[in-house]
Amino acid sequence: MVAEKTSKKLFSVTLRVWRQANAQSPGRFVDYPATDVNPDMSFLELLDVVNDGLTRKGDEPVAFAHDCREGICGTCSCTINGKPHGPGHGIATCQLYMRTFKDGDVIIVEPFRARAFPLVKDLVVDRSAFDKIQQAGGFISVRTGAAPDANSIPVPKADADLAMDAATCIGCGACVAACKNSSAMLFVAAKVSHLGLMPQGQPERDRRVLAMVRTMDDAGFGNCTNQYECSAACPKLISHDFIARMNRDYLAASVKSAFQPVSLGGGGAG
Amino acid sequence: MAKLDSRIPSGPLADKWRKHKTDIKLVNPANKRKYEVIVVGAGLAGSSAAATLAELGYRVKCFVFHDSPRRAHSIAAQGGINAAKNYQNDGDSVHRLFYDTIKGGDYRAREANVHRLAEVSVNIIDQCAAQGVPFAREYGGLLANRSFGGAQVSRTFYARGQTGQQLLLGAYSALSRMVGAGGVELHTHSEMLDLVLVDGHAKGVIIRNLLTGEVTRHAADAVILATGGYGNVFNLSTYARQSNATAIWRAYKRGACFANPCYTQIHPTCIPVSGDYQSKLTLMSESLRNDGRIWVPKKKEDRLKAPGDIPEADRDYFLERIYPSFGNLCPRDVASRAAKRMCDEGRGVGESGLGVYLDFSDAIKRLGENGVRERYGNLFDIYHEITAESAYQQPMRIFPAVHYTMGGLWVDYNLMSNIPGLFVLGEANFSDHGANRLGASALMQGLADGYFVIPYTIGDYLAGQKPGSRPAADRAEFRQAEENVTGMTKRLLGIKGKEPVSHFHKRLGKLMWEYCGMARTKAGLETALQKIPELREEFWASVNVPGSAATLNQSLEQAGRVADFIELGELMCRDALTREESCGGHFREEHQYEDGECKRDDQNFAHAAAWEYQGEGKTPLRNVEPLNYEFTKMSVRSYK
Ligand SMILES: Cc1cc2nc3c(=O)[nH]c(=O)nc-3n(C[C@H](O)[C@H](O)[C@H](O)COP(=O)(O)OP(=O)(O)OC[C@H]3O[C@@H](n4cnc5c(N)ncnc54)[C@H](O)[C@@H]3O)c2cc1C
Ligand code: SF4
Ligand code: FES
Repeated sequence: MVAEKTSKKLFSVTLRVWRQANAQSPGRFVDYPATDVNPDMSFLELLDVVNDGLTRKGDEPVAFAHDCREGICGTCSCTINGKPHGPGHGIATCQLYMRTFKDGDVIIVEPFRARAFPLVKDLVVDRSAFDKIQQAGGFISVRTGAAPDANSIPVPKADADLAMDAATCIGCGACVAACKNSSAMLFVAAKVSHLGLMPQGQPERDRRVLAMVRTMDDAGFGNCTNQYECSAACPKLISHDFIARMNRDYLAASVKSAFQPVSLGGGGAG
Repeated sequence: MAKLDSRIPSGPLADKWRKHKTDIKLVNPANKRKYEVIVVGAGLAGSSAAATLAELGYRVKCFVFHDSPRRAHSIAAQGGINAAKNYQNDGDSVHRLFYDTIKGGDYRAREANVHRLAEVSVNIIDQCAAQGVPFAREYGGLLANRSFGGAQVSRTFYARGQTGQQLLLGAYSALSRMVGAGGVELHTHSEMLDLVLVDGHAKGVIIRNLLTGEVTRHAADAVILATGGYGNVFNLSTYARQSNATAIWRAYKRGACFANPCYTQIHPTCIPVSGDYQSKLTLMSESLRNDGRIWVPKKKEDRLKAPGDIPEADRDYFLERIYPSFGNLCPRDVASRAAKRMCDEGRGVGESGLGVYLDFSDAIKRLGENGVRERYGNLFDIYHEITAESAYQQPMRIFPAVHYTMGGLWVDYNLMSNIPGLFVLGEANFSDHGANRLGASALMQGLADGYFVIPYTIGDYLAGQKPGSRPAADRAEFRQAEENVTGMTKRLLGIKGKEPVSHFHKRLGKLMWEYCGMARTKAGLETALQKIPELREEFWASVNVPGSAATLNQSLEQAGRVADFIELGELMCRDALTREESCGGHFREEHQYEDGECKRDDQNFAHAAAWEYQGEGKTPLRNVEPLNYEFTKMSVRSYK
């Protein structure tokens, strides 16, 4: 490949990064100056460069979570200058580019903080509570091979589109990190709404919402007090209207279950 | 010499799968819970397999290195999934999908496998719709389709530009249901680092927990690998950063044959590299070529000029010039190679010189800016986000990037490798795409393998294994494999050299791209075969892996993966050198027609090459599985 020469104006920033060896040890901010920052670099690419520098010195690089680097896998999870996924709008950490910043900036980088997301190391947290919620009811019970022809159940386009809006959630947890109560309502509402809007999701609609909300509460997420910081931080801009929709579903299911018990079991081994 | 028995059932093509399903052995339902199956990977292929096997009653242990199955690289697929539903009544059929796939693969895939894939494609859509996958719909509520990758029928199902995400979330929900029900034991942050063979059969794996560093042994009656493709050998690719070849590479070193490693797909429309810090290449949908015109300046001196300052007469619309009838819509491999040639001539655009223009100004004149926005608005937004340039005002810059690997572990019709009890699904195997994969066919294959093939074919193997005969994990074979893993970790941590892992990965990527990329030559491949072993030595002498083995250590994870990539890269070059023909994604400059098209050699190379490991420092053995075309006639692909 051709040697890199660039006409871009390079600049310098300081990364003030949260370092913490594990959940038991205390953490602290450490400053890493970064020079020759190319505005076309992604923020995570700058972290890569800083890490390579640390490694060359024999220091341990900063642990951070990432994978797809195009905003779809939901792995990346930094709070940057106090905002989950940073200053952009409708993007994940990996979609943030250095041109957002200017020469001399001090950029504060922390992990997503929430009681239900215990810290693993540096900027990495454990979001397995989301999987637990999913396992409790985030599915439609259909054995492989038992499905009817796909066109035998038409789905009104508007419903399918709205379901898709909810289904674009990438499971990153920014909604939780942005919420002062660390509520997971937006994440859960997105899943409940996606499945609840499809005709295929109706038979288990009550059981699903009750089981997922119960598991969410058990996992230590806080209550929703309608601050809507969640939607503002969400890289997919999932609407908080879905929370209202889930609340209605939950209320209806709770009332019904008071008269007629709803099994919250995991769906049976089929 | 490995025994390669493809076990293709006899009889007419369209009856083979049905017949095979009735002929193979079944496991008694009461016995299923006595068998334990390990599934490594939970992308489309792994999730669908793990969920379905658990539904059938097998005890399943599923391992992923990700923090959740939902993060698998399948999540990133955009365009769609093919199925021969013929909902559009435009003449599609199982046979047509079969034929297109065989031809698209440049006659280097197995007929029987591809036909089965086309047959079960229709069941996949039913299954996913029943799971609540929000596919695109028409106003009447029925499923919408589009045509994709130059197909003559509309058979692609999609969910906006996030089809992979929605299909994976569907499979993940099925898997989650079975985890909740106790049918699957899910292990996240768990990387498989070795395969354990007992009496020649695959009977377990060695796992390192990425958070704690703990290394554990797991025994089972059979092992399934669904660990994805190996395109990150090239460092820069459209793959997720963590995608890697370690599972299949370590299985190869235990005796599983690696088939056609040199078959890689390079996608023409990706955002070019912007600097040495680059970590990832982003795919721009192929649909852009429907309305964009691709060009470079005629004169080298113009390559850094603003494109608007280059008059029409000084532009070379090279695809339209070289391929007058297909023009900008010629297939992926052909378009990619042409772009490379332009850049090799010094006419590439952008600072690096590695880019060509994809120009929408004519389309904007014709459709208006809003017309273009309606069709491609979201893609123009992505482009803007990454490059800060507006494609409404100036042409996009694009360049080809590594996108998919058709090669993988060799498997028979049952998807079992040459190691009994080791099954390989999804992109990790070599089975269905020959030398080139068609758009929207990888998602189809992954789900076909997991939902509809392995649940039947694994029974054929397990029925021959006595229930309860699973070896104990304290056997010598397990201990030896565990020592192998911990030994490698110790070695990596002990080098304490100067350079980070990324330094070696970048250099490997450059070598591979240069010598084993879009166009390959004998001399180039020989050079690579000299340089890669040197790089390997340098890696083992001077890599620096800081930290310890007892915590999350991302440098250590990467080091192991890159060590494997270096070895695999060498095998890819060896395979490319030996395959003295051009076919699909494998283009040898010595073997082309006058017009630059692939010149296959069916006489000598109508076979799969399955490489067999012979031990460190020894040349691997090239086994051959002949491809017999009984039902289709091999012909030349032409796009003029
Ligand atoms: C940008 C992009 C767009 C694409 N678009 C399309 C499209 O529109 N249509 C189409 O058909 N195809 C598309 N493809 C191709 C397709 O997405 C992939 O081929 C397919 O999803 C691969 O699925 P898989 O299940 O085989 O593997 P993956 O999804 O890669 O899953 C691999 C799994 O294995 C696990 N794993 C790997 N190694 C180990 C190990 N050592 N130990 C433990 N776990 C391990 C991972 O954790 C993961 O769960 C696209 C590909 C890319 C890159
Ligand atoms: S709702 Fe938004 S912020 Fe919350 S997990 Fe989903 S994508 Fe992330
Ligand atoms: S790395 Fe995948 S969403 Fe950011």
